[in-house]
Amino acid sequence: MSLVSESADIGGPMPAGAELALVEPSIATVSDYIALMKPRVMSLVVFTALVGMAVAPGSLHPLIGFTALLCIAVGAGAAGALNMWYDADIDAIMTRTARRPVPMGRVKPGEALAFGLTLSGFSIVVLGLLVNMLAAALLAFTIFFYVVVYTMWLKRSTPQNIVIGGAAGAFPPMIGWAAATGSLSLEPVLMFSIIFFWTPPHFWALALYRTQDYARAGVPMLPVVAGQVSTRRHILLYTLILVPLGISPWALGFTGMFYGLTAAVTGAIMLALAILVYNERQPAERASRQLFAFSILYLFLLFAVLLVERGWGGLLARLAA
Amino acid sequence: MIDGIAMKKHPKEEGVVLTPEQKRAQRSRSIAIALSLAALVILFYVITLVKGPIVLVRPI
Repeated sequence: MSLVSESADIGGPMPAGAELALVEPSIATVSDYIALMKPRVMSLVVFTALVGMAVAPGSLHPLIGFTALLCIAVGAGAAGALNMWYDADIDAIMTRTARRPVPMGRVKPGEALAFGLTLSGFSIVVLGLLVNMLAAALLAFTIFFYVVVYTMWLKRSTPQNIVIGGAAGAFPPMIGWAAATGSLSLEPVLMFSIIFFWTPPHFWALALYRTQDYARAGVPMLPVVAGQVSTRRHILLYTLILVPLGISPWALGFTGMFYGLTAAVTGAIMLALAILVYNERQPAERASRQLFAFSILYLFLLFAVLLVERGWGGLLARLAA
Repeated sequence: MIDGIAMKKHPKEEGVVLTPEQKRAQRSRSIAIALSLAALVILFYVITLVKGPIVLVRPI
């Protein structure tokens, strides 16, 4: 007899539904648990962490590097699972998220919570034991920030939710750098800043054409609370900060001309699209969709060029060492 | 003792019977957990070999 049914027997009368929920075996498959970890978000986290690690000075054994990336990936997945546990109610309402495992009923909320907490603990402890304590502390803070500060607090309470919450997505290159060096410096802070200021235009562009979805779920995204015109103005303002920040690693001498050119050209396109979004009026949403799509390519290109120009040589040198 | 009480209360109870879908899901989860734990053991073992005695030095 299982512990679950023992407690049901000893505990006296229980509502029929509650007893059934306790003993009902799970139908969650491995793929449901993988979906809980938000694999697409995880891939971006791993990529930016890899760049942070690769551009860092010094030598790092490839296996230690792999372990750091694995822990960062698992930590990001854990944060995703905890986010899905807490947000199951609004995920069920929004079209974009209604097919996630918890609102679909394939994974129970308690299972998602246990999965997220277990993976969080494992990823932080393993990163601390096998890589270094600074990287582990940064990973722990990132998970805390994403789950508690963003998901539980900011997301439902302020239209600045993704501005402040965006910091969680900006930490991975810093963790990668810390994993490689055991310290931090200006370069990882620049990478953090680029992702931090990239996040608002990226998500507000999405929110512009998903406004009804967010409004129905009661999430106070900027277009829901402040309206379309204000959001378009905010997108332009943040893009005006983002573009020079994107160029700054070259301007400060951390990268070569190839990165500088890439950042200038893609930054000009970002700015042009942000101006189009600013001039666009409801119900048109073409420019918003274009900006959302291009913003992903923009961030990918910046970090990919960083990896090739600064990091690839470093990685090869480390593999050879 | 507890089993005895439960047996008296439900003499014909056969316990929880899993559907084929639940059995498949449970089996796949069990295999995934086993593989993950094995990978973790191997990872610790190999990194201990790679790092050598320095594996015990962890400055904060």
